[in-house]
Amino acid sequence: MDWTQILSAVALGAMLVFLFPGMRRAVKESPKGTMQDWMGYIIPITAVIGFVILLIMMVQ
Amino acid sequence: MNQFNTSALSGSRLSSLETSKVLKNTYGLLSMTLIFSGIMAYASIAMGMGQGAALISTIVAIGLLWFVLPRTANSTAGIPVIFAITGLFGLGLGPVLSFYLAINPAIVTTALGGTGIIFLGLSAYALITRKDFSFMGGFLMVGMFVVIGASLANIFLQMPVLSLVGSGAIIMLMSGFILFETSNIIHRGETNYIMATASLFLSLLNMFQALLQILGAFSGDD
Repeated sequence: MDWTQILSAVALGAMLVFLFPGMRRAVKESPKGTMQDWMGYIIPITAVIGFVILLIMMVQ
Repeated sequence: MNQFNTSALSGSRLSSLETSKVLKNTYGLLSMTLIFSGIMAYASIAMGMGQGAALISTIVAIGLLWFVLPRTANSTAGIPVIFAITGLFGLGLGPVLSFYLAINPAIVTTALGGTGIIFLGLSAYALITRKDFSFMGGFLMVGMFVVIGASLANIFLQMPVLSLVGSGAIIMLMSGFILFETSNIIHRGETNYIMATASLFLSLLNMFQALLQILGAFSGDD
């Protein structure tokens, strides 16, 4: 394991520690989404997944 | 009553004007920071920047993003800070870009074009439908936490499949962040275009890197 991997691990660990309070707050304070709200996310994400598959086919 | 209606209308129009102004400033600053970051990435490739220097550059950019930008974003000092952050992230991209340019330059151009199209499509979706994506805040933050945790674990596990799954998850999460941030400007009164630019820039950067990895893995050249 070289020093760049150790530094990456330390940086990612620090990010987890730093993000944790914000994550807990976001989970507590975010409004709950309805089924219709989630569909509003699922539809564009499905389009993004389809587009990424198209890009993969383009580079193969 | 008429007076009330007129005042309510002008209030709503003012808010709409304010939203348009923030969006215009955000997209203007985002364009400039992306160009600057691209120039710095090119400089990094030209200088043959090493992996270690790129990692340090990225860590310094994250440090500025977390500890300096929130303190300067409400003043003009935020502008040079956001350029410093995006420039350092651009420098940090150098070795990865050099690697993919050496094996197949089409991977880089496809990832770049793909990221641009996804961003434009998602932004248009959020702006046209005017849906409120604030409910996704908790989900996106937990998703980021899990992805960072998996990346940390993969430094020790060295599993290519886990890395690829992580890249797929990052594309979906960053798509969510683009919808969330755009909706934040429209509905939640995000008036700080520097913070909005930083959030969108990070989403684009992460999405681009994840797309690079996925396209590189599936191109057969990696």
